[in-house]
Amino acid sequence: MSTLHLPRAVYDAIRAHGEETYPHECCGVLIGRTTTNGWRVEAAVKAGNTRTDSAHNRYEIAPIELVKIEREARRQGLGIAGFYHSHPDHPAQWSPTDFAEAHWLGCSYVITAVAQGKAAVTNSFLLAGTTEEDKRYEQETIAVDDEPVTPTHL
Amino acid sequence: MTIFIPTPLRAFAGGQDTVEVDATTITEALDGLTNAHPALRKHLFTDKGKVRAFVNLYFNDEDVRYLPQKELTPVSAADTLSIIPSIAGGD
Repeated sequence: MSTLHLPRAVYDAIRAHGEETYPHECCGVLIGRTTTNGWRVEAAVKAGNTRTDSAHNRYEIAPIELVKIEREARRQGLGIAGFYHSHPDHPAQWSPTDFAEAHWLGCSYVITAVAQGKAAVTNSFLLAGTTEEDKRYEQETIAVDDEPVTPTHL
Repeated sequence: MTIFIPTPLRAFAGGQDTVEVDATTITEALDGLTNAHPALRKHLFTDKGKVRAFVNLYFNDEDVRYLPQKELTPVSAADTLSIIPSIAGGD
């Protein structure tokens, strides 16, 4: 199982973002470096949710925003490690929509359940595989400041 | 021109995050890219040779889909092309 390494400040920030946008979904981009066993995230960048038609259960990041975020990450010698979004009043598990819309193979997809406005469980799923045809989500360990966390520690 | 390769496709481009190609149009640039790195082709194009629906191409800061000449837009050495897979989802 791979491990997604997050600094405490980033972990707290992405959970707080989910609370800020509740009852709508939040979304953002994780910037970091690859390691032999997963991504080491350096920063999270908030993104706008363009799905204003159904923001309570859908999210989408404008491609031009991704272009600019990736450009800035590259300037810092970093790359897009993955993405995060929230599930308002819904479990922190990937949905069929999440899977169908996931195309960043090798990247981490972090989901935070926000229950009644409060961040609950945060999970991360690596989009494994080598093509659209064999892609799959694999749950990964989240390590905050190098300490593995589980929902019972939140 | 310079083509920026997104994280998931770098493994199919020799590990590079940028690829330089000599081209006069976006189509030529993409041809140059996939000729140099054939493994990229199936990730960018359908079996019928169309750019996959979830693959966004940005010519500098412009979405290629909305350029008047689309992939036939002329390019110069100073231009950039960003390949950005879409990101979306929901519960």
